[in-house]
Amino acid sequence: MSETSKSGALGPFDPVQACKFFFRHGHSGWLGLRYSDHGENWVQLELPWREDLLGEPHSSVLASGPIVSLMDMASGMSIWQTSTTFTPIATLDLRVDYQRPARERTSVFGRVECYRSTRSAAFVRGVAHDGDIDDPVAHVAGVFMTIASDPRQKERKDG
Amino acid sequence: MAETYPADHLPAYARSLGITIDRMENDLPVLTVDFGPNVEGRPGAFHGGATAGLLENAGYAALRTVLLRDGRDPVLKPINITVQYLSAGKQKQTYALGRITRLGRRNAILTVEAWQDDRERLIASAVMNILMA
Repeated sequence: MSETSKSGALGPFDPVQACKFFFRHGHSGWLGLRYSDHGENWVQLELPWREDLLGEPHSSVLASGPIVSLMDMASGMSIWQTSTTFTPIATLDLRVDYQRPARERTSVFGRVECYRSTRSAAFVRGVAHDGDIDDPVAHVAGVFMTIASDPRQKERKDG
Repeated sequence: MAETYPADHLPAYARSLGITIDRMENDLPVLTVDFGPNVEGRPGAFHGGATAGLLENAGYAALRTVLLRDGRDPVLKPINITVQYLSAGKQKQTYALGRITRLGRRNAILTVEAWQDDRERLIASAVMNILMA
């Protein structure tokens, strides 16, 4: 953060740098999310397999919760990537349809594109897969709201 | 007296995130997670994914409770989850409780709600569709 204030301006949004910053701490850091790939209006993140993220007592399949987190994070990234700027956003609604369990002991990749954004809302869709994007684990659709002038900005400084 | 929901019914992911059983309400388990680095998104606020994780686990716990009471123990397969975010999750203890909207032989539809210190002010809600095999 101090580096950006020294240079005086935030450059265009860079998903590689943003991932380095975001995934150092907090929920996405705890999950162990990693940058994977990006394009003009999409970002792909990787959720590595981990024993303590399993969803069922007798199987080695990842829980669906971490996949929601992966897709939520990739959604936000795709919105910033598409608009080329980092502006605060809030998830309004996120839907995940699970086609099949992810394979055991493999990473899950979340690839989300921002297909439309207006002044106040951004619409995303994407897939979660475990290596082959044509054989998805889940599909996701979401709507985000941009928080252009957050009245609680003062409060956030204390946080 | 309602039996409590056994903590070892929670999956590894839930325990690792810090989710515990708070109490039973109308014979259904209220799940809770405290604010901390594991669940933090934007500084000082819950990550939407962590909130969804709590909602989802509360949904499964509610369904599991009702199924076990009926002497059923099927494998639960998620079909979908839709989460509505209603207000920012602050740096506070967060609770979630699932209700069964429909319980069939092959599928169940659940509605789950999450709140913090004010039970009437929800921070998020979810609708889940679960297949039972």
